[in-house]
Amino acid sequence: MDALLNPQAIVEVLSSSLRLSVPLVFAALAGVLSERSGVFNIALEGKILAGAFGAAVGAFFMDDPYSGLVVGMLFGMMAGSILAVLGVTFGVNQIVTGIAINIFVLGITAFLSRIVFGAQANTLKLPGFKAFEIPWLSSIPIIGPVLFSQDLLVYVMFASVALVFLFLYRTTWGLAVRAVGENPAAVDSAGLSVPALRYGCVMAAGAIAALGGCYLVLSQVFLFSEHMSAGKGFIALAAVILGRWSPVGALLACLLFGFFDALQLRLQFNYPDVPHQFFLMLPYLISILALVGLVGKPRPPASVGRHYRREAK
Amino acid sequence: MDSVYRVMFHLRSVWAILLALAVGSILILAAGSNPIEAYATLFKGAFFDYWGFAATLVKMCPLLLAGLAVVLPLRAGLFNIGAEGQIYIGALFATIVALYVPGLPGPLHIVLCTLAGALGGALWALIPALLKAYQRINEIIVTLLLNFVALHFVSFVVSGPMMEKGAPYPYSPEIPDTLFLPHLLARTDAHYGVLVGVVIALSLYVVFQRGVFGFTLATVGRNPNAARYAGMSVERHIILSFMIAGAFAGLAGTFEVLGHRYRLFHAFSQGYGYDGIVVAFLAGLNPLFAIFSALFIGGLRSGANMMQRAMGIETTVVEAIQGLVILFVAASLAFRYRATAIGRAIARRQEVEEALDGQTGDRKT
Repeated sequence: MDALLNPQAIVEVLSSSLRLSVPLVFAALAGVLSERSGVFNIALEGKILAGAFGAAVGAFFMDDPYSGLVVGMLFGMMAGSILAVLGVTFGVNQIVTGIAINIFVLGITAFLSRIVFGAQANTLKLPGFKAFEIPWLSSIPIIGPVLFSQDLLVYVMFASVALVFLFLYRTTWGLAVRAVGENPAAVDSAGLSVPALRYGCVMAAGAIAALGGCYLVLSQVFLFSEHMSAGKGFIALAAVILGRWSPVGALLACLLFGFFDALQLRLQFNYPDVPHQFFLMLPYLISILALVGLVGKPRPPASVGRHYRREAK
Repeated sequence: MDSVYRVMFHLRSVWAILLALAVGSILILAAGSNPIEAYATLFKGAFFDYWGFAATLVKMCPLLLAGLAVVLPLRAGLFNIGAEGQIYIGALFATIVALYVPGLPGPLHIVLCTLAGALGGALWALIPALLKAYQRINEIIVTLLLNFVALHFVSFVVSGPMMEKGAPYPYSPEIPDTLFLPHLLARTDAHYGVLVGVVIALSLYVVFQRGVFGFTLATVGRNPNAARYAGMSVERHIILSFMIAGAFAGLAGTFEVLGHRYRLFHAFSQGYGYDGIVVAFLAGLNPLFAIFSALFIGGLRSGANMMQRAMGIETTVVEAIQGLVILFVAASLAFRYRATAIGRAIARRQEVEEALDGQTGDRKT
């Protein structure tokens, strides 16, 4: 364990924890936003993948990462709009819609990536974001290199958590969103539109979850591969529950998952005799254990997953 | 007018398929081929060609069993998205019995492998069922996460303890040829597993229509409090329905090994468990219709290979079309004509949750 205890190793493990948790944080934040408005979002996985594909397409054709970011978020919102139209307007069960979106995005991106990138798909080196140091702050020992020497999307991630927090708890609209997740009838009788609030949240969630996919492509691997989301959306769903549907809670839960992921990579490196598949299983097992070992009673927003119809009750 | 609407409504899966094929033709155009020619090649290859039809049946077997593994728990309003993982663990159990239990006569050994495979799937499904019944943990998230655990676990087994010596790729040694399932069509890969699937689908249909378990399961889903009042245990029905579903998926994995590949391969399932969800919803959660929807999806899959060979169109176009099919099936749920089977099943989930809350009253996830 010595290898884990010197300052250099601590910095490495912590900063790789942070990097590994970025896609989870974006996805979980999206989950918090849409579930707080009463829409169960099992489609997070598909939105990450849509975002990743969009990021690759944007960066490929415009040859700069910012276009990738825009196209990625656009694709995420398109996936979100399916959930909004079917789940909010037409009252199709949100779980069924979410599963359908995941399967659809998986199939369509696999096909389109062959069309767009062709044979070079796996050798592509897309333009991406580079880490830059924030002056002064980055020279603080340990915290500096971990928090303030990252790339643009990591800073965007922290800003997003703060923004979603401020939005939900410090604005009138945020109050309305939280209310619509608990008691849509009350919001309706107060004269606000339930569908409009839910549309807003689900679309914004699509864009935010897509940023997680953008990070995978533009900051980590610089290419698109089929099913590169690899279950991150589902781990994020567990993080939403673990974080009790709060943005900061979700952030902490994702950082915890990211830490275990970084730890397993580190251990994998230090213990080459242990089969690597055991390390690959770890993030999923830890997510399940986190749900099982949860102390106390998590209480989801009361109306989550339920279609609101004015006439009913 | 009403009857016209009703007929149109009951054919909604057909509309979903046609619409998906229509949108899919745009994708084929984008790939630079003629859609009509492509579809003709696909369907001729899948259904009107001896070898092609055999390939369709090979794919239909795991699709049907995985589809039934989704249909059964939804009867009580529970989502089993874990068929993929149950397929892997079922195949693992079957392979272990096939390779390491010596000295049995062939037919008995096949039966033992099959039972082991079913048991493996059932045990893997027991985990989310117990967590749901007694801890109120969301079964959707747990089954999804367990799929990845099973995938990596089987990958570990076939690249470590069970790996064939000197193999270039992670797979187990070949099972003894006395265990190969007999072939349904001469000189092809089509094996008897698909018949087992059809028999299970028919039995499940009868059980749903007339069986006591079908009735109590639906009652638990429809009105858990009444079920409890009548002496049925909601928890036991959750556990039982998940274990039987897991056994179906386990059989899918078993027959992949005994009937088709004769070895346990790393990552062999390629998403059959997820495609089972498409099969189940395309069939409107009816076990009888699942036979046809599995045949159709299996045909799409095998026809896609023909299409690729004949016209050079990527097989992934079929994954996209399949995605479109499930999207349109989901969209078709927006049209209401009395309660549909899917709508009813889903309404049950909420009631089961409320009943569990009333009983255990501590966790809600």
